[in-house]
Amino acid sequence: MKYKVNEKGYYGDFGGAYIPEMLYPNVEELRQNYLKIIDDAGFQKEFHQLLKDYVGRPSPLYLAKRYSERYGANIFLKREDLNHTGAHKINNTIGQILLAEKLGKKRIIAETGAGQHGVATATVCALRNLECVIYMGEVDIERQAPNVARMKMLGAKVVPASSGSKTLKDATNEAMRDWINNPVDTHYIIGSVVGPHPYPDMVAIFQSIISEETKKQLLEQTGSDQPDYVLACVGGGSNAMGMFYHFMDDENVKLIAVEAAGKGVSSGFSAATTYLGKEGVLHGSRSILMQTEDGQVVEPHSVSAGLDYPGIGPQHAHLFKTGRGQYVSITDEESLDAGLLCTQLEGIIPAIESAHALAYLEKMEFKGGENVVICLSGRGDKDLDTYIKYFNL
Amino acid sequence: MNRIKKLFQEKKNILSIYYTAGYPNTGDTLQIAELLEQSGADILEIGFPYSDPVADGPVIQASSKQSLDQGMTLKLLFEQLKDLRKKVSIPVLLMGYVNPVLQFGVEKFCEACAEVGVDGCIVPDLPMVEYEEFYKDCFEKHNLSNVFLITPQTAEERIHKIDGLTNGFIYLLSSSATTGKNLEVGDTTEAYFSRIKNLNLKNPTMIGFGISDKQTFDKACSYANGAIIGTAFVKAIADGNLEESVSNFMKKFKD
Repeated sequence: MKYKVNEKGYYGDFGGAYIPEMLYPNVEELRQNYLKIIDDAGFQKEFHQLLKDYVGRPSPLYLAKRYSERYGANIFLKREDLNHTGAHKINNTIGQILLAEKLGKKRIIAETGAGQHGVATATVCALRNLECVIYMGEVDIERQAPNVARMKMLGAKVVPASSGSKTLKDATNEAMRDWINNPVDTHYIIGSVVGPHPYPDMVAIFQSIISEETKKQLLEQTGSDQPDYVLACVGGGSNAMGMFYHFMDDENVKLIAVEAAGKGVSSGFSAATTYLGKEGVLHGSRSILMQTEDGQVVEPHSVSAGLDYPGIGPQHAHLFKTGRGQYVSITDEESLDAGLLCTQLEGIIPAIESAHALAYLEKMEFKGGENVVICLSGRGDKDLDTYIKYFNL
Repeated sequence: MNRIKKLFQEKKNILSIYYTAGYPNTGDTLQIAELLEQSGADILEIGFPYSDPVADGPVIQASSKQSLDQGMTLKLLFEQLKDLRKKVSIPVLLMGYVNPVLQFGVEKFCEACAEVGVDGCIVPDLPMVEYEEFYKDCFEKHNLSNVFLITPQTAEERIHKIDGLTNGFIYLLSSSATTGKNLEVGDTTEAYFSRIKNLNLKNPTMIGFGISDKQTFDKACSYANGAIIGTAFVKAIADGNLEESVSNFMKKFKD
């Protein structure tokens, strides 16, 4: 439990709830209730039933043979791409929608970047018949048209965020403003392990199903539940936190988090937060973020909309600062090449986010026979346009 | 004695004006302060802009963005305020988000405030627990008031705690909303204002968010020691003709 949140809502130096008073009652209500609700046997039963019958869990842990041959290690892919709606995001939205119901909320809001979290939220709102409003940056609405259409079909209202850079960061600001203006009946489903306490912990708990299953599956397939390496991509960091969660206290398991270097960490077009960032406060928690000397948040860049975020969750900042996790980065080009490689070697088109994690395999050196688990956080259908342009398909 | 405390002892129906530093033009900060004092403002709240102002509505967001795009920084603001106390005698507060303060350095920030003659701060996303643990000593050492916000949803116990922690005034939000919404004093708002009035807090209260004209100002003054105007003023000075726009705006609040 060394890396988990403490009673004050902190992970070492990071976390807390830096929110204006207008949000205090909402966040406090959550803080007082989230563990009680989640630990309740009835909640657990309903949550796991939906994960099984609706999401399609457990997701397979697949020993990728041709990858393994190429790298000289046993490469396992945790297939979150096979979940309903095509990514890990739905694990969290199922959990939070049930929790919102228990709190008596009638209206759901969420932010989205690529649209994956927006679709996952709109999906569970349709499922539970709750009003749904999704904030999405104007720029992202342009470049992710199919996901916008999916959300609309699911009955959600998609509101363009037109402030700032008009991307994920600004969609998050707009969602927070909505919550300020609707303090009583609305629940805000944050999509990553960011935001004021208890969000980072709550989202991590819902996503921890990824590593919970992985441990069981590894034990069955290899005879040990301890791999040598666990890899995942990090934007805000929700799939990585879910993938790391049950391995954090197994100090012999190396945790590798892959950030988006964009056009290169020194290019000025990057989202490599731990490399470029400093400690500070964004979206309600103290963490590491990309900012100017004056404390203004810097616009990130990544070819992958899901990693295009200037911060990381506070628990990641803690894993980074303590050295428990190794934080590395992969460029746009390296990730796209890795996406094509995965498609050709294993017949799986990965999301460009997930391809960042796969790309890091090229930079690792194996003695032979190590067990390596990679979180394949989402499928690449949404990224076909980008792949088509890059490879002239 | 602290300028804020003195003002509340001497005067009723206090009018506090918020504006964004470095807006509409970078060099306007101090001139606006002077003009506001000349035309009858009682307190000034100078906003230092931040890239992600979650508690603000579109008007203050846009003024913040313009100010930042034109090169405003906290460091530059303190330089602009170097001669503040040669030109302005009313209480001045700085208002902004916590991250620029953290990057500037909390101790250094408090020192700079004291040096130029700033009387207090409003930092909406600085939580009470953090303030108590890490900021309070420093603020008090430099004789700075820290103003907290309360909303219709703030529990009574918490209001008393806030009252105990501050020594300037309490910022009473007319509703839970981002800045720039209109004040509609319906039965529930009225009940909330009366409830706060009857708590007999040790600190004076100022009503903010949604005050835009004489009528809403007077209404607010019947429940509190005064009111704060932000969005309406920022809108009024957008065209940059400061002497005229400040004086025209302030005329609306005179009898």
